[in-house]
Amino acid sequence: MSAVIRPAETLAVAGAGPLVRPLAPPRATDAVSEPAWVRRTLIGVALAFLTLFLFVPLVAVFVQAFAKGVDVYWAALTESDALSALKLTLISAGISVPLNLVFGVAAAWAIAKFDFRGKNVLLTLIDLPFSVSPVIAGLIYLLIFGLQGWCGEWLRDHDLKIVFAVPGIVLATVFVTFPFIARELIPLMQAQGQEQEEAARVLGASGWQILWRVTLPNVKWALLYGVILCNARAMGEFGAVSVVSGHIRGQTNTLPLHIEILYNDYQFAAAFAVASLLAALALVTLVLKYIVERRAKASHQEARNEH
Amino acid sequence: MSTRALLLRRHSVLPGFNLALGFSLLYLCFIVLIPLSAVFLKTFTVSWGTFVDTVTSPRVVASYRLTFGASLLAALVNAVFGLLVSWVLVRYRFPGKRLVDALVDLPFALPTAVAGIALTTLYAANGWIGKLLPFKVSYTPLGVFVALTFIGLPFVVRTVQPVLEDLQRELEEAAATLGASRLQTFGLVIFPALAPALLTGFALAFARALGEYGSVIFIAGNMPMVSEITSLLIITKLEQYDYAGATGIAVVMLVTAFLLLLLINLIQAWARKRQGR
Repeated sequence: MSAVIRPAETLAVAGAGPLVRPLAPPRATDAVSEPAWVRRTLIGVALAFLTLFLFVPLVAVFVQAFAKGVDVYWAALTESDALSALKLTLISAGISVPLNLVFGVAAAWAIAKFDFRGKNVLLTLIDLPFSVSPVIAGLIYLLIFGLQGWCGEWLRDHDLKIVFAVPGIVLATVFVTFPFIARELIPLMQAQGQEQEEAARVLGASGWQILWRVTLPNVKWALLYGVILCNARAMGEFGAVSVVSGHIRGQTNTLPLHIEILYNDYQFAAAFAVASLLAALALVTLVLKYIVERRAKASHQEARNEH
Repeated sequence: MSTRALLLRRHSVLPGFNLALGFSLLYLCFIVLIPLSAVFLKTFTVSWGTFVDTVTSPRVVASYRLTFGASLLAALVNAVFGLLVSWVLVRYRFPGKRLVDALVDLPFALPTAVAGIALTTLYAANGWIGKLLPFKVSYTPLGVFVALTFIGLPFVVRTVQPVLEDLQRELEEAAATLGASRLQTFGLVIFPALAPALLTGFALAFARALGEYGSVIFIAGNMPMVSEITSLLIITKLEQYDYAGATGIAVVMLVTAFLLLLLINLIQAWARKRQGR
């Protein structure tokens, strides 16, 4: 049987190449496309706009950073105030990202896997920090923990410092990065539904097992992207941190605040040197985002092919 | 009765609802809701008259005018160019397109202070761009507009782009078959389909610009009555230990932001309804 079929198959495959090509649909774009000169003009204008507002500022950061040579650049980064600012930035991101990660997973689990009263209100409240100005995000902690604030006197009597100290900086950072991870997870987990989790449950898996073995592997790319975004924002936050920091050099300065001080001191090359660190972080964030999006697309395609 | 029985609309076999929702609500309350309520409670400690005087004093009103005006103008420019950029990215092919597409998110990822000093240096009288211009940009209200345009740039592109990608080409083909010119097709078929996304992107860029601080303070010059934005005025009041004054202005800004958020939600609900039809 198979011996009879095989030559026919080979023939069909061999003939497919030259035969099919002329039959491919002609470029049906003329009616729904623009003349070449319009296309070129539009591309040109769009690129000119992006160059002026995006690329030139980005390039300028690196050019200005090295304007006075590599020695000045290196000195600006290894100076003790810069190092302590870097340390504080890493500490505040290191605390706020894991906190918001746990919150993001918990909120997404509750919202995506269950149907409960007040869900839409909760969704709106999670987005709230996005629409609060960073300066106000700092102000609210000042009103609570500042000397004139609710807990001000109690904190002073117990010799605790929250604002104008590290805890205040961490709190303000947690506030401004609050929605990032939840925002990435919720829509995806809602779209995925709960059938897989329910199947795991029926097969006897515990809640934590379901979370670790089913839910988190399904959303790993979105989770990773949320963490990256959250981290970038945590390390770069300026307004909120500025209000609660008190600007004590070497103690309560983060990298963005250190940039401000250097810039206002007319130490432009040093300011841009530190800025180039954060700009590099932003570029890494964009590259990771690009990779994550491609992986997400690929796994989406895979899932579709399996069905 | 447990929260599970109280809140759940439908029985579920999955565990962890109480823990997940309980933790989420607790965290939300401690990090966001209680601190935010402090702003409103603080305002109640001053009389209505004092509050009105604070938020309508000439210097504050001048800052509203600048903040709202520059934000509106920046959001408008972003709406026009954001639509153009997303069109070019979705419909055309050119070298470096992927790179350009990835870099559109730069203002999201770049810390505002970095953007601020970069733009200030570029648009200063002796900067790369400032040198070429016959008028001053840095340290004028125009500088505020430049900074706000930069930070609002991704919003319109990222809201319009997915809608444009999903747009059915058949509709345009049908329009062309029926004798519509390309411009007519764009105006009567494509643009109405994009309008809700464009409006959402515009509102998001506007809302973001209203509260922006880091990128603006470097380039604005911060002259009272001329180039002082509202966010900066809050900081100035705080530095003078005028907490009540700062809080009063903050309440005005917060209420505006919440109204905008409501408006954005309404636009999106309207868009969903239109798509569903």
